[in-house]
Amino acid sequence: MMDIIIMAMTSIGTLFILIAAVGLIRMPDFFLRLSVTIKAATLGLGFIMGGTALYFLEFSVTAKVTAIIFFLLITAPVSGHMIGRTAYFTGMKLWKGTILDELKGKYDRKTHSLTSDGDDPSERTPPVDEL
Amino acid sequence: MLNNYLLFGILPVLSISAILVFIRFLKGPYTLDRVVSLDFLINIGIGIIAIYSIVTDHSAFLDVAMILALIAFLGSIAFSYYLEQRGKR
Repeated sequence: MMDIIIMAMTSIGTLFILIAAVGLIRMPDFFLRLSVTIKAATLGLGFIMGGTALYFLEFSVTAKVTAIIFFLLITAPVSGHMIGRTAYFTGMKLWKGTILDELKGKYDRKTHSLTSDGDDPSERTPPVDEL
Repeated sequence: MLNNYLLFGILPVLSISAILVFIRFLKGPYTLDRVVSLDFLINIGIGIIAIYSIVTDHSAFLDVAMILALIAFLGSIAFSYYLEQRGKR
C-alpha cells in the first residue's frame, strides 16, 4: 500500500518537472519561461520529497525533507522576483503578443528608481531600495 | 517492484527533463536564461538525489540535496544582483 502511495507521489512530481522543462524549451519569452519554471519545479520537488519522507519514515529523514521543502518554498519566490526585476531593469524585450505592461514608464532605467502615476518626473525620489 | 519502477520509470523521465533544460542552457539567448536554467538544473539534481536515496536505501544522500538547495539559491541571487548592478549608473 505504501509503495503505491510513494509511486503515485513521485510520478506526480516527475510529471510536474517534465512539464516545466518542456515549457522552458517552448515558451517564446523570458518572462513566460521564468513564470513556468519556478512554480512547477517547486511543486514537483515538493511531491518527490514527500515520497522520500514516506519511504523512510524516520524522524531524521523527515526533518531533513521538511527543511528542504521549507527552504525551497521560501527561496523560490525571492529568486524569481530578483531575476524578473533584473530582467526588466536591463531592458529585456517582451513577447510581441504581450498586451499589457503595467510597469511601462514607471521605472527609470538609468537610476533604477520607481515612480507612480501622478508624480512629476523632475521630483523623482531617490532609489527606493538599494538591493 | 518499487525499485524497478523508480529505476526504469522515474529516473529516465527526470533525465529527459534535465536534457531539455540543458538545451535551453546551451542556446539561451540571454544570460538570465542561463541563470534560470542553472537553477532548474540544480533543482532536478535534488530530485534525482532523492529518488536515488530511495533506490539505494541510504538516507545520507539527502544531506547533499540540502546543500545543493542552498547553493542554487545563492547562485541565482548573486547572478541577478551583479547583472543588475552592471546596468546601473
